[in-house]
This record gives sequence, C-alpha cells and structure tokens, in this order.
Amino acid sequence: MLIRPLGDKALRVEVGERIDEATQARVQAACAAIEAASLPGVRELVPAYTTITVHYDPAAIAHAGAPSDDLAGWLGMRLEQVVKSAAKVKTTKPRIVEIPVCYGGEFGLDLARVAARAKLSPEAVVQRHVKGDYRVALVGFAPGFPYLIGLPKELATPRHAKPRIVVPAGSVGIAGEQTGIYPFATPGGWNLIGRTAVPLFDPLAEPPAHLQTGDRVKFRAITADEFAKREAAR
Amino acid sequence: MITVLKPGLLTSVMDLGRPGYQRHGVVVGGALDRFAARVANTIVGNDENAALLEMAQLGPELRFEVPTVVAWCGGGFEPRVGGEALPRDRAVRVAAGEVLWFGPARSGLRAWLAIAGGIDVPLVLGSRSTYRRAGFGGFHGRTLQAGDQLRLGEMSEVAQQRLTMAHRASTWSVRPDTLGKPAAAGTVRAMVGPEWEWFTLAAQQAFFSAEWTVTKDADRMGVRLAGPELPLVKEREMISEGVNEGIVQVPAGGAPIVLLASRQTVGGYPRLAAVAAVDLGRLAQLAPRQTVRFETISLGTAHALYLARERDLTRVRLGLSRLGV
Repeated sequence: MLIRPLGDKALRVEVGERIDEATQARVQAACAAIEAASLPGVRELVPAYTTITVHYDPAAIAHAGAPSDDLAGWLGMRLEQVVKSAAKVKTTKPRIVEIPVCYGGEFGLDLARVAARAKLSPEAVVQRHVKGDYRVALVGFAPGFPYLIGLPKELATPRHAKPRIVVPAGSVGIAGEQTGIYPFATPGGWNLIGRTAVPLFDPLAEPPAHLQTGDRVKFRAITADEFAKREAAR
Repeated sequence: MITVLKPGLLTSVMDLGRPGYQRHGVVVGGALDRFAARVANTIVGNDENAALLEMAQLGPELRFEVPTVVAWCGGGFEPRVGGEALPRDRAVRVAAGEVLWFGPARSGLRAWLAIAGGIDVPLVLGSRSTYRRAGFGGFHGRTLQAGDQLRLGEMSEVAQQRLTMAHRASTWSVRPDTLGKPAAAGTVRAMVGPEWEWFTLAAQQAFFSAEWTVTKDADRMGVRLAGPELPLVKEREMISEGVNEGIVQVPAGGAPIVLLASRQTVGGYPRLAAVAAVDLGRLAQLAPRQTVRFETISLGTAHALYLARERDLTRVRLGLSRLGV
C-alpha cells in the first residue's frame, strides 16, 4: 500500500498496480474500512481501479489535533492503520444489477466493427458480451458513467481515433478492454454495440447514480420492441 | 426579486460547490474562486455557502425589485449602480428599482456578486451551483438569460443593519486577495505532483521556471497552458484515478492543463504538479494570452498558507461583528 499527497487537499491511497478483480476487491474493502472509521476531516472518497482518493479539509484536520506542519502525515498514518485492518471489516455483498440492452441495428453502429476485429459473427459478439461477468470499477468522466472490468478479451476493440460528435444516451460501448454505458448524450469515441433504456443518472435520486463501484453487472439482450416499451414507460 | 435585464456572457448561480458525490461521477463545481465567494457572502451577512452570481468577461445588468445589500469581489470590472460606481469588496446598499450594470472586465476575468439573503433556487444534491454540462443545479441548470427573475432568500439581521448605513457603501472593505499571504504578482504557488518523477529533470525545471501563456482552451474545467515541452522519462500509461482542483495534468507530449472547479472527477494523465489551494483564485482570473509563472513550495508551506488565510477570515468576521456594522 502506498499513501501519497495529491496536492494539499487530498491523499491517494494505492492498493494495487493492475486492473483486475483482486485489486478491485482490495479497493472496495479499503474504501469500506475508511468510511467506517469516520476519520475527522475526511470529506469524501473516490475509489478507482487501483486507488482511493481521499479528499480532506486541512482546517478540520488541524482542528482534530494534527501537527500543523504535517497534516497530511497525520491523516496518512491513520488511513494506513485503517486500511491495514480492512480484512477485519465486514464488507456488504456486492449488488448484482441487470442491465437490459438492445444490441445492434441503429443502437449498435459499431457492432460490425467489433465483430470483424474479433473474427466473430455479430450474434456471437452479443452472446459473449452478455456472458461476461462485469464489475463496476469506476464511476467518472460524467455523472453516473460506469467503467466496467470483465469484458471477454476477444471483444476488446480500440476506441475511434476521431470521436463521434454525439453518442446517444444509454449507449453501451467498448474501448480497449473496458466496457461502459453513456448516461447522457455526449461526444465519444467508444465502439457502440447496443443501447439500454435504464436511466443511469438522476440528480434527484439518492444515490444519484444507478451503478456504483463494486456492483456486479449482468447484461441481458432484449428486442427492439421491449426497448421501445421501456423507453415509453420512462 | 432580481430581474435580469441583460445576462452578460456566462453569468450563473453558484455556491461553494457540490462535494460528496464524486464517486458517482458528479463534479464538485461551484464558484471558481471559492474564497472570494465566501468573502462576498460574509460582507453581506450571508452564510458563506449562500448562492450568489458568478460572471466572466462580460457581466450582467440587473434590476433590483426590493431594497437590499450587495457586495462583489474578484477581477477588474467597473460596475455601476444608480448612476454611481459600485465599489468592490464593500457592503453596498441598493434601492428598489435600481439597476446594477457590470459591463466588461477591464482586467482579470471573473467576479462574484453576493446579495443579502442569497439567491433562492432549489438544492440539487445539496448544492445550488449550476452544472451546465449535465443541465442541473443553479437556475434551471443554465447560464442566465434576459427576462430571468431570481428570488432572494431572507436577509440576515446583520444585513438588515447594513441596509441602514449612513452612506450607500460601507466605510470598511474586505479584499480577499489581501488575506493570508498572497503570492508575488503573476505567480502561482505549486507543489510537486504524484507523477513528478515520471518527468525528465529538464521538464521539472522548465515547469517552475518558464513563463506560461494561457491558451484559448480555458474554461471552468481547466486552463491549458502553452510553453516549453514537458517530456516523460519514458512512455507510460496511467491508470485513471481521482484528481482535484489545482492538479497540473500533462497529456502525452502535450500542453499542461491546470484543473479547476468543474474538472472531471477522475483523470488518466500524469500529474506533474499541484497548485496550492490558496492560489486557485488567481487561476480563475487568467484570460487567454495572459502569462503566469509557477513557484515551488512544499506541502507543509501550502498547508501553513491555507490555515493562515482561514485564521484571517475568521478574524475579519469577528471584527465585523464587534464593530456592530
């Protein structure tokens, strides 16, 4: 484990070096432990593939008794103790969230591209994508935008050199070995293979993002008719 | 109530931001110079986190439908109210029906206008800040337009007192950039970043010695700077992780970008340096073609500066309340 400053209002806690399940599990456990410890001055945590960014308030840390010439060291030491004993903290079982997706056609403009690169039929690509066992490693770059690990390796496809000006909301895409879903229409360079009608972000909901780091995700293929019904029901 | 006669260029409702939801990808945002916003709010007797107006380049023209007290802090605007100059950093009385005109920034780029009672818009995820990209928060998730009507909250007792000042403007003033220990002109203080060692010695030295020029790629998310090359010792990919305001990212072989309040929550570019929190306000005043230099400081110094400035603001607040003004 490595704890280093990130400017004067955050620390980075690194618990691994690779994007894989084992590291993700450590990130989740460390995050849960830090939250449970309710350390003074810690404002929020941002878990990612291999790290947790701990945002803190220097004034609150000083107020809690830290030496004013080493606020970061004081907090860092406490974080280290908390994370080291993370194994003893009971983590909740990850949720399994099902995301129904209508693959191909107008919703999957890059399905053929992914298939050609994998030397598979488009149907086979869909079958393998659906079979994947995914975990949300990161939510970022846009509110509610989930980065999933667990994409079958043969489906990995590099992103477009020139991003599309608009990627429709709900689009399911592949970029390299990552798969993700666009919560809003934004520019984007991911390979689009399908679309979901499930809203991924609602600022009035608590929590506002549908998917959270640590969640397991299963994709389920649906027909265009079912997609239309779900869209209408929103 | 305030009626927007002319919106200006990028005027929007902000408070101190929307922390607590970064793990859901929600940006913190808020006033680009939080300290200036806190001071402006303090001057009008508001809670430091009250919603106010942030403007950039060209400010708005507003008609006040009720008598109230306002204060503005920030860059070199020359606003006028009721035919007189509207002095900065002071509590200023505005009568019902008076029009406040901001006009263009003559120097600097941004300013914050606080109104007694704060601007009354709904809280979204605990904040009244506008998040334009996702279209929520502030005034309907967008910058102001002509015809918009802004509701005000109830002004505090302190503000009521200031409504009865002998002169239109307070005799005292609180200028945000004189609190704490300001950096030398044209300079911004920064610490080394987590990927400092990834960069060559030449890059490290260049960063802290060059005169950097602000490019056109400057907005609330960050400021891109033009200057010397900042090569890496060897090509490496960075795994995305959380970032913060003030972080100086360097995309492969590209120009450095200093992140600001509306930055994304995570990033995948190596971080050469990190601007001290106390100097983020300076970055908010940098317009394209302006130049800036970075001065290296330690993390300990950055924290000392931060705590000193907080102490100064606390003293100011106590001082004002003792004056009974």
